[in-house]
Amino acid sequence: MKRFTSLMMLVSLSSTSPALYAMSEHPQRFGRVMVDQLEARDSDEGRVMGWEVGAWYGGDINKLFFSSEGERLMSPEHDDERPATESAETRLAWSRAFAPFWDWQLGVRRDWQPDDPNRDWASIGLQGVAPYQFEMDANLFVGEDGLTELRVEAEYELMLTQKWVLSPSLEASVYGKEDEELRVGNGLTRLEAGLRLRYEIRREIAPYIGVHWEKRYGDTADLARASGEKTEQGMLVAGLRFWF
Amino acid sequence: MEKNRFSLPRRRFVQGLALGTAGLGLGLAPRQLLARQGHTGAPELRGDTFHLTLGGADVNLTGKTRPATTINGGIPGPTLRWREGDTVTLKITNLLPETSSIHWHGLLLPYQMDGVPGLSFDGIKPGETFTYQFPVVQNGTYWYHSHSGFQEQTGLYGSIIIDPKTPYPHTVDREQVVLLSDWSDEDPQQLYATLKKLSHYYNFNERTVFDTLRDFRDKGVIQTLKDRHMWNSMRMSQSDLADVTGYTYTYLMNGQTPNGNWTCQFNPGERIKLRFINASAMTFFDIRIPGLDMTVVAMDGQPVTPVPFHEVRLGVAETLDVIVEPDAHQAYTLFAQSIDRSGYARGTLTPAPGLTAKVPEMDPPPLLGHTEMGMGAMHGESGHGGVQHGMAHDRGKMDGMDHSAMGHEHHGAKASTPPPPPFAVDNSNPDLPPRGSAIEHPPSEYGPGVDMRAMAPGDMLADPGIGLRDRPWKVLTYADMTTLGSTVDNPVDSLHADREIVLHLTGNMSRYMWSFNGIAFADAEPLELYHNERVRITLVNDTMMTHPIHLHGLWSDLELGNGKLLRKHTITVKPGEKLSYLVRADALGRWAYHCHLLYHMEAGMFREVRVVPAPHPNAAGEPPDDPHARHGGHH
Repeated sequence: MKRFTSLMMLVSLSSTSPALYAMSEHPQRFGRVMVDQLEARDSDEGRVMGWEVGAWYGGDINKLFFSSEGERLMSPEHDDERPATESAETRLAWSRAFAPFWDWQLGVRRDWQPDDPNRDWASIGLQGVAPYQFEMDANLFVGEDGLTELRVEAEYELMLTQKWVLSPSLEASVYGKEDEELRVGNGLTRLEAGLRLRYEIRREIAPYIGVHWEKRYGDTADLARASGEKTEQGMLVAGLRFWF
Repeated sequence: MEKNRFSLPRRRFVQGLALGTAGLGLGLAPRQLLARQGHTGAPELRGDTFHLTLGGADVNLTGKTRPATTINGGIPGPTLRWREGDTVTLKITNLLPETSSIHWHGLLLPYQMDGVPGLSFDGIKPGETFTYQFPVVQNGTYWYHSHSGFQEQTGLYGSIIIDPKTPYPHTVDREQVVLLSDWSDEDPQQLYATLKKLSHYYNFNERTVFDTLRDFRDKGVIQTLKDRHMWNSMRMSQSDLADVTGYTYTYLMNGQTPNGNWTCQFNPGERIKLRFINASAMTFFDIRIPGLDMTVVAMDGQPVTPVPFHEVRLGVAETLDVIVEPDAHQAYTLFAQSIDRSGYARGTLTPAPGLTAKVPEMDPPPLLGHTEMGMGAMHGESGHGGVQHGMAHDRGKMDGMDHSAMGHEHHGAKASTPPPPPFAVDNSNPDLPPRGSAIEHPPSEYGPGVDMRAMAPGDMLADPGIGLRDRPWKVLTYADMTTLGSTVDNPVDSLHADREIVLHLTGNMSRYMWSFNGIAFADAEPLELYHNERVRITLVNDTMMTHPIHLHGLWSDLELGNGKLLRKHTITVKPGEKLSYLVRADALGRWAYHCHLLYHMEAGMFREVRVVPAPHPNAAGEPPDDPHARHGGHH
């Protein structure tokens, strides 16, 4: 798949050459790929694979940032459906540290829709760690035809032990303008919440279980109801978190 | 006392560490066994001409065979024994596939012989031999190590003993190098990358929900939330004592793992001099010998007034000579636990082969407190071993809380002392902005690379440091020692500074950025000193970590207050601490000046210090009134 190709390119870039001098006349660049979620979701339509991947490459201040998230229906409940990617988005951004705990991000995003037109967006965002160690990611997306979306994500890591970590997360999406084709209304369109419990076999590898809940709101919910879809869904998830 | 038996605590420790790896201390490579010939764990080479070969070898310190870098095939390299007054010649052949170098740590020599690639010379290319030659103008315990890449982490280090022209004031029956180091099976480049990706990767002592619940029960909910508020709002970890820990490190004593149990045999009643050298890349060691008093006689190679003590925290790159006099027919454990209590190095002093002593349990890991946060040193702490905060610049701590009254930050203290020297100001060097006081933070400290600034840094020379404050025994501190022969009336060098340079130690733990004044080496200007000028360097630690700061080629005369000086080459600065030292810039050239934590240095906690001829030939030691008026220097 295309996004995984670009992911692998990023990985190959991340190998670094060792310093000759024991001092950083030429600071090194590093890269990290974080597969934060790679999980099976037990949804009403059937077994869904969900993923959330983030990667960066660069120095302390400037980094190239890449992310991808989406869902793919693996084993449909209904016979008339085939396994297919339901939705996916990829982002590429220039990330610049401007404060001890905060980075600006300027970039582009593409939403891949199998049955509907793709959407391209420009993005400006803020990523970092808020007091009390909340990991924050807020982005304003500006798309074609005056579409705008504000998305705010927050995540927290609660250490139960040195290896068991409970991680609640919350994501909210607000549209500035209705996207009729994709059946998204304006205003608050969607809330997602998750609670995942992982066990770090080592820091880099952690299987997890958890729950994922999402609900559509306002016009978006009305549009969903009109086409016979549910507006709220909770599911059990199980997956693997890993990074390198 | 027990004979040849593994004690239970050590077994648990080994198993604890073995969670992520195969097991520790199980094997010794044949090369390691060979290296045990000679009493120090490394062979001793005497004379004035030496030939050392830098090469690669496979070692097995943990149960896994891993590549290492070696000097003459050993880790540590051979102990070099020189005589003060000789001119030594050292031919270094580099058989490694990459550029290498050897730096003679703490030695006064022409800067071209100092062994820092990029400053002293171009390094020693693969296959090449470089000849160092310099007169030996000092004596004592020193060490040498690679100054290239991360070779120091993988084994390129060894001891230097310089015998004095005139014999030491104390006679000993036996002497022994105790070289401490840290070994990782990981490729250090990988290790550094890991720290950049996830800085707390090696910290397995994070505060958990259960710690919070215990605090709720013990201290009450409100108090706990109050205590935690500061840390949470600053996004800091209270357990961040060491960046790299026993999770990946095996701590070595003279190249031996704890189970390898490096051993020194003695005859009861002997006076033994132990020359401790901390040759590790990242580890502060808390050293003690249960059941045995130690008396310090020298630090960083320089003799000091003898002081008896029981435990000492030895910073990376520091050396300490102590005398012990075991008179009973029993074994003693040399115990050196890491500052974060994630592991230890261990050896044995014994009157009979095979006789060992109990290995103490490690302490519970301490938690950082208000002192480390730079909120002002805590008062009323017990266990300072009788040492009083009776020094002149203690007031820095007292009025540090008062931000409106900071115009009197200078040391020197006595009423008769001349007015404080001016702060060095140089508009072309962002390290030297005009400032009202030493604890004022320069503008460069406000950026992504600096995650905290100490509000009230204070004098902590008499503070044993985190985890050692409540000891029922005497912990040696800088405040306890004075360079032998240095008195207020007749100090080793002038107590008066011509200029004062202030540097803040800065960093951002989560981004793993380290710097001086918020400026990493890549973005910094060299610090210029005029030949023969006497400069006061004041360091303020704005981080939560302890940093050993090393100035090459010139002595650092630590100001203990009341005219007392402690002559050193590496000075450990605790979190929340402000200290100062005097430097006589009596050696022209380009010198390295840096934090001796290897990965901090690599990240940019590094400066070039350039000693240049004074602008006016007759004004040696007296910089011009207007520092902007001078020419030359930077290029």
